[in-house]
Amino acid sequence: MSRTATTTCLVLVLGGAALLAVLNLALPADAPLHVPTYTVSLAGKYLSYAMLAVAVDLVWGFAGILSLGHAAFFALGGYAIGMYLMRQIGTRGVYGNAILPDFMVFLNWKQLPWYWHGFDNAFFAIVMVLLVPGLLALVFGWLAFRSRVSGVYLSIITQALTYALLLAFFRNDMGFGGNNGLTDFKDVFGIPLHLDATRDGLLAASAVFLAVELLIARYVVTSRFGKVLIAVRDTESRTRFLGYRPEAYKLFVFVLSAVMAGVGGALYVLQVGIINPSEFSPANSIEAVIWVAVGGRGTLVGAVLGAVLVNLGKTYFTGALPELWLFALGALFILVTLLLPDGLLGLARRRPRAAPAGPAPEPEPAE
Amino acid sequence: MIHNDTLLYLDGVTVSFDGFRALNALSLVLERGEMRAVIGPNGAGKTTMMDVITGKTRPDSGKVVFGEATDLTRLDEPAIASLGIGRKFQKPTVFEPHTVWDNLLLALAGDRRPRFTLWARQSAEEGERVEAILQTIRLAEHRGRRAGDLSHGQKQWLEIGMLLAQEPQLLLVDEPVAGMTDAETEQTAELLREINRTRSVVVVEHDMAFVRALGVKVTVMHEGAVLSEGSIDHVSADPRVVEVYLGR
Amino acid sequence: MILLRVLLLLIAICPLAARADDDPFAGLAGGYEDIRRAVDALALSGNPHAEPAVAALQAGTLFVAPDRSLWIRQDGTLTNARTGDPGTPDGDLKRVRVNNAVRRSIEAAMGALTLFSHDPARRMKAAADLFAQHDAAALPALDRALANEQDPAVRTALQQARAAALLSAGTAPVPDRLAAIAVLRARGDLDASNLLASLSGQPPAVAAAASAAVTAIARVQQLWALVQAVFYGLSLGSVLLLAAAGLAITFGVMGVINMAHGEMVMLGAYTTFVVQQVIATSLPALSGVGVLLAVPAAFLVAGAVGIAIERLLIRFLYGRPLETLLATWGLSLALQQAVRSIFGASNRNVTTPGWMSGAAEWGGLTITFNRLYIIVFAVLVLVALMAVLRFTALGLQMRAVTQNRRMAAAMGIRTPWIDALTFGLGSGVAGMAGVALSQIDNVSPNLGQGYIIDSFMVVVFGGVGNLWGTLVSALTLGIVNKFLEPLAGAVLAKILVLVLLILFIQRKPRGMFPLKGRAVEA
Repeated sequence: MSRTATTTCLVLVLGGAALLAVLNLALPADAPLHVPTYTVSLAGKYLSYAMLAVAVDLVWGFAGILSLGHAAFFALGGYAIGMYLMRQIGTRGVYGNAILPDFMVFLNWKQLPWYWHGFDNAFFAIVMVLLVPGLLALVFGWLAFRSRVSGVYLSIITQALTYALLLAFFRNDMGFGGNNGLTDFKDVFGIPLHLDATRDGLLAASAVFLAVELLIARYVVTSRFGKVLIAVRDTESRTRFLGYRPEAYKLFVFVLSAVMAGVGGALYVLQVGIINPSEFSPANSIEAVIWVAVGGRGTLVGAVLGAVLVNLGKTYFTGALPELWLFALGALFILVTLLLPDGLLGLARRRPRAAPAGPAPEPEPAE
Repeated sequence: MIHNDTLLYLDGVTVSFDGFRALNALSLVLERGEMRAVIGPNGAGKTTMMDVITGKTRPDSGKVVFGEATDLTRLDEPAIASLGIGRKFQKPTVFEPHTVWDNLLLALAGDRRPRFTLWARQSAEEGERVEAILQTIRLAEHRGRRAGDLSHGQKQWLEIGMLLAQEPQLLLVDEPVAGMTDAETEQTAELLREINRTRSVVVVEHDMAFVRALGVKVTVMHEGAVLSEGSIDHVSADPRVVEVYLGR
Repeated sequence: MILLRVLLLLIAICPLAARADDDPFAGLAGGYEDIRRAVDALALSGNPHAEPAVAALQAGTLFVAPDRSLWIRQDGTLTNARTGDPGTPDGDLKRVRVNNAVRRSIEAAMGALTLFSHDPARRMKAAADLFAQHDAAALPALDRALANEQDPAVRTALQQARAAALLSAGTAPVPDRLAAIAVLRARGDLDASNLLASLSGQPPAVAAAASAAVTAIARVQQLWALVQAVFYGLSLGSVLLLAAAGLAITFGVMGVINMAHGEMVMLGAYTTFVVQQVIATSLPALSGVGVLLAVPAAFLVAGAVGIAIERLLIRFLYGRPLETLLATWGLSLALQQAVRSIFGASNRNVTTPGWMSGAAEWGGLTITFNRLYIIVFAVLVLVALMAVLRFTALGLQMRAVTQNRRMAAAMGIRTPWIDALTFGLGSGVAGMAGVALSQIDNVSPNLGQGYIIDSFMVVVFGGVGNLWGTLVSALTLGIVNKFLEPLAGAVLAKILVLVLLILFIQRKPRGMFPLKGRAVEA
C-alpha cells in the first residue's frame, strides 16, 4: 500500500508540476487551457509547504516528536536563500548600494554585518540553507533528547524556540530587515525572477526536491533505522533496555527533518518573493501539523496530500470568505483529531478491511 | 565475599522517593548460571530493584557490581543492556506495529548505532538466529503477524524471545505468568528452565505455584530489604515470612 | 530667563504698583502698554481673581464691554473678571488683544502668579520650574515665597529651588553653600546630582562636599533603580501569574494541554468590556466599580465556556495530550474569529476607574496604581485558588480524582463531573485574569495569543501540578526579565528569558519544584 501510494504521489507531483509548467509556457495567454503564472507560483508554494509537511510527518509520525516549531527551520532556510537574493540585487536597489541591501542603507549602516558575508555566492547560500536549520536542530535536539524531554514538554519548548526567533527577527538590529524582512528580489543564479519560464522552472524544481525528500524519508522510515525509530515512538523504554539509544535516533531524524524543512523554505521564498519574521509565528508551525494530521500521520504521502488540500482550502476561503477561514481551520483541527485520527489516508486504508467479502489482502509489508 | 562465579552483586543499595525508602540497604548475590525467584508483598521493592540493576533508577547509596568489576550505577539503560542484561517488563512490552520477525530482528545482538541501522540489510546469519528463536518461543507460524495482534501470552513469549535475541548473560523477568492460562504458565516455566541452561535468570513473581514449579532458590523481599532466602520450603517455614504474608 | 528678570522686577516694584493703582484690572481695558502694566501689577496683587484673568488673557478668552468691565468667557458662560461672578454685560464685547511684549509679560506673570497661587500643586510646579532653572535672580522671589509658605511639601521644594539658585549664584558664604549642598543631597535625584556635578569654581570645601553628595546620590539612585526594577518585575510577574494560574489547574493538575487557555483570558477581558458598557448605559452610578463587578462575571463566563469545552471536546481526548493540543488550538482559532466577528477586529476600549489610575511617588520609586492593584489581585486569586483546592469539598474531590481516578470513582465521586468543574475552575481563573489584563493590555481578539506561550513556560518552569511553584516561577521570570531589560532591551530580554527557560527545562524537565515518586516516573 505504502509503496503504491508513494509511487502515485510521486507521479502526481512530478507530472502535475510538469503539466502546469507546460500549459503556462507553451500556450498563448488567451488559450482556454492556459495556466496563469500566478497559478504556477501558487502550486510551487503548495509544494514547498508539502516539503515542510513531510518534514513534520517524519518527526511526528515516525518518532513521536510533535514539533510546534518546524516553521522556524522552514523560515531559516528561507532567510538563507533570501540573503543570497538580497545580495544579488546589487545596485538595482532603491539606494543603489552595491554591497549593502536597501534596509541597511536605510538604517544608516556602513558595513555589511559579518554573517552576511559569503551570501553573494549561490553555492555558499545553498550550503547555508541546509546547514543553518540543521545546526539549530542539532543543538536544540541534542539538548532536548539527551535530557529526555519528550511529549508535550518538547512541544512547548519547540514552540518557545520559534517564538524566540520570531521576536529576534522582528528586531531591526538583528540585520535581517526587521519587520519587513527581505524582499524586492531581482534574480536568482543570474536569471530574472519575474520571467514566466523562471516560475515554471522553480515549480519543477520544487516538485523534484519534494520527490527527492519523499524518497529519502521513505528510505529512512522503511530501513532498519526506521523500524527502531517507530519502536522508539511507541515504546521508548523497551528500545533502551534492548541497548538502543533513542536520543541518537531522534536527533538524526530531527536534524534530517529540519534540513528538509529548510529546503522547503528556500523554495518557498524563491516563489513567493518575500520572507519576513511572521513565518516564524507559532501559528504557522501548528498549521503545518494539521496538514499532516489531515492527510494521515505517519504516512509521508498523506503529509503531501494534507498540505496541498488544506492550502487549496485556505486560498479559496481567504479569497472568497475571509472571515470564515479561521472557523474552517479551527473546525478542521477539532474534527480531524476527534473523528479522523488516521487522516484521509487512514480513511482510505480502513475501507478494504471493512469489506470482508473481497479477496484476502496480501500481508502488508511492515512500514 | 565475591567469588569468581558471582555474576551480580548488590551491596547496601538504598533508594528513596520523597522520604519513602523503596530499597533499604538491599544486598543480594547471584551466581553465574543461577536462576533465582524473588517474591514479596506489594511495595517490597522488587520492581525498584530491577530498575536499579537496569539503570532506570540511580540508587542514593550502595554498589551494584556486574561480572568482574563493572559498576552498574554509573551506566545508563542502553549501556547496561549492551553489557548483557535483559529485562522483561511486568506488562508485555513489544513493538506492536512491527511483525514478530522484525521484533526479534531488532532485538538481535549487534551494532545499535543509527549509522549502522540506517544502511543495515538482513544477513543470512541474522535470519538463522531469528529462525532459531522463533522455534524456541513457539511462534514460528506467527512470524509475519503484527505483534500487536498477538494474544497476551504470545506477547509474553515474544518479549522473552527478544531478550534471548539480545543474548544476555542475565535475564530479569518481572511477573512472566501474570494473566496466563495454566497451560501457558506451565510452558513458560519450561521455557525459563530451558533459558537457564545457558544464562542466569532472576524471576520476580507472585504466583507461588509457579515459583514452586521452577524449583529454585527463593529470595523474599520486604520493605526494601531481604527478609529470608533459601529453598521454597525453607522460606515458607520462616515465621517472619509467614507474618509478612499473612499479617500479624 | 526673562521670566526671572521680570519676576525680580515685579517684586521690586510691588508696593509701588499697589499704591499707584487701586484697581490693577483697569489697565486691561486700555492699550497694549496699559495691558502690559496691568499684567505686571496683577502678578503681584495677591488678588484671587488675578490668575484667571491673566490666564484668560493668554487664552484669548478675556473680553471688555463698552462700560470697560472685563469678562471671561468659558464654555459659553461669562464671568466678571474682577469679581468672578457670573453676569451679563451690556452691549457688545470686544476681545482684549495682546502683542508680543504683552505676551512676554503674561508668561512671566503666570510664573509669579503660580509661585503665589492658592493652589499648592501650582506652587509646587512653580518651585520645580525654578529648581530646573536655578538662576540666582530668583533668590529674592523664593525668599518671599518661603516666608509665606505653610505647606511642608511646597516648602521643601522651595528650599531646594533656593539651594539650587544659591549655588548657582556663586557669591553666598561657604556655610550657606554647604547647607545648600546638604539640601540637594537630601533631595537625592538625578537633577540634584547633575546640578552638583556641574558646579565649578567653588572653594575646595564646597567642591568636596558637592562631589561627596554626587556619589551619595548615585548610590541612592542605584538602590532606587533596583527597587523600581523589582517592582516592575513583580508587576510583570503578577501578570504572568494571573495568566498562568488557570493553566496551573487545567495543565498542572489535570494534565490537559489547553491551547485555548489564552482565549479564556481574552473572553474575560471582553466580559469586562461588556460589563462596563452595560453599566455605562443602564447603571451609570456604578461605573466606578464596573471592574469589580466584571471579576465574578468574567469568572462565570469563562468558567461556563470552559465546562462546555471540557464536555464537548476535551473529554473525548483524555490520554491523548498531543491531540488535545491540536484540537484546543483549533478551538482557539475559532474563538478568536468568533470574538472578531462579534466585536470587530480593532481594540475595544476598557476604561480604568479613577481609583485605579494615577501613581504614587515614593522616593525614587514610582508605583502606578493599576499595576499595584494587579499585583494584589494576582495574590488574592492565587490564595483563593489554593483555599478552594485545600478547604472545599470540590477541592478535595479534585485532588482525589487527580491522584487516583479509579479509587475516587469507587468512593462514589462522579469523576466526569469533577473533571468538568476542575476545567471550569481553571478557565474561570483565566477569565478573571482577563479582567486584570484588560486594564494594561489592548482588548483585542489576539489578546490571549500573547500569553499562551509565557503561561505554559511559567507552569513548566515552576513544576507541573504545584501552585507554589507557579507563584515562584512567575515572579522569578518577571523579575529576571525586568533586570535584563536595562542591559539588553525589552525584546532581547524576553528572548533571553525564553532561551534560558528552554535550557533550564532541558536540564530539569520537571521544573523547579518537581513532584517526586515512582508514580510520576512511570
